[in-house]
Amino acid sequence: MRTEDLTAMLVASLEPIDPRRTKRRYIIRMTGGLFGALCLAGGILRLNPSLSRDVLDTAFWIREVFCASVSVLAVLVMGRLARPGSRLGLLPASIAAVVLIMWTFGATTLLSASPGNRVPLLLGTTFAVCPFLIAFVAAPLFFAFVCILKDLAPTRLRWAGAGAGFAAGSIGALVYSLHCPELAAPFIGVWYLLGMLIPTAIGALLGARLLHW
Amino acid sequence: MQLQEERLRSLMLQSLTGDAASYRLFLGELTAHLRLFLRRRLRRLPEEIEDLVQELLLAIHNQRHTYDATQPLTPWVHAIARYKLIDLLRRRSRTDSLNDSLDDREEPFAATDFEASEARYDIAKLLHQLPDRQRLPIQYVKIEGRSVADTARRIGMSESAVKIGIHRGLKALAAKLRSVA
Repeated sequence: MRTEDLTAMLVASLEPIDPRRTKRRYIIRMTGGLFGALCLAGGILRLNPSLSRDVLDTAFWIREVFCASVSVLAVLVMGRLARPGSRLGLLPASIAAVVLIMWTFGATTLLSASPGNRVPLLLGTTFAVCPFLIAFVAAPLFFAFVCILKDLAPTRLRWAGAGAGFAAGSIGALVYSLHCPELAAPFIGVWYLLGMLIPTAIGALLGARLLHW
Repeated sequence: MQLQEERLRSLMLQSLTGDAASYRLFLGELTAHLRLFLRRRLRRLPEEIEDLVQELLLAIHNQRHTYDATQPLTPWVHAIARYKLIDLLRRRSRTDSLNDSLDDREEPFAATDFEASEARYDIAKLLHQLPDRQRLPIQYVKIEGRSVADTARRIGMSESAVKIGIHRGLKALAAKLRSVA
């Protein structure tokens, strides 16, 4: 086929693009992933029974704000990685800043605690399972994000895969926190972050295979 | 090398609203631009250029919804072109190491410019491999220049099914192009 014929064919099959409809499609998929994550956290893991008491604690809100702000930034990063030629700008630095703030909270908590209390503050009672459960809760979100990315056109596949994993991991952590009994800032800064990084690593490993177009 | 950013961007924005005349102009200028872009980067593989131009046109068409209207167009086009170019080189290095190229580029004066716009992998042939629900809408709309409504009536599909058939068909075509190249 001559290139002119191909061009004519493409012109003939031109359909208008409605960005709002495109966006709605992604929001639906993302909601599906979120619903899946909520089912895993609420159905299989069960909600934390002391949740109604925890919400009165500042530490609870520090944890939630940490997870939520990383989530928002991670989704923005993923959106950039999904489109050819767009730059990440200040987003990676903002994520680093949020993590640093969380670590500052963690460090001050540890320093002001008595030496005997420091290890329990860092390890809590669930450190051995926390990162894996976050990755587990993030799985449906990861699936949804990969589906979204496959509809878009990432050109740096490893990075895009990692971006999908990080977005899934951070929203997964937010959802998981409804089950998790841990509130101490040092714990959140280490084990929650690790939980977010597990799907990130998986995404980076699988990116080239899953997202090729 | 800069696309004529302003002009092409406004043509692209018009095209995204469904304006076929703008899209024809856009694709024409884009084709010339892509040829030049690839000629500079594929000096050793001139026979690949036209195939890749076609693959790129199809990719840009299929992915046009990923263009963010608030951003400049050139980086978007070049990122796609670079992605597909690297993909091609990777594919070639994989097959070349398997069967040590016998032809050894024996024709230094191959008439590449003469037939500049004829690609080796015939999209028309690939089109025949598509299932009817994708192939027929593309053929009717493209070859006979019929409207979507008319095509829908002739092949007994709904208009939205025709549109979906074209959309999916072009995506399948892009995938086939990738696997034969």
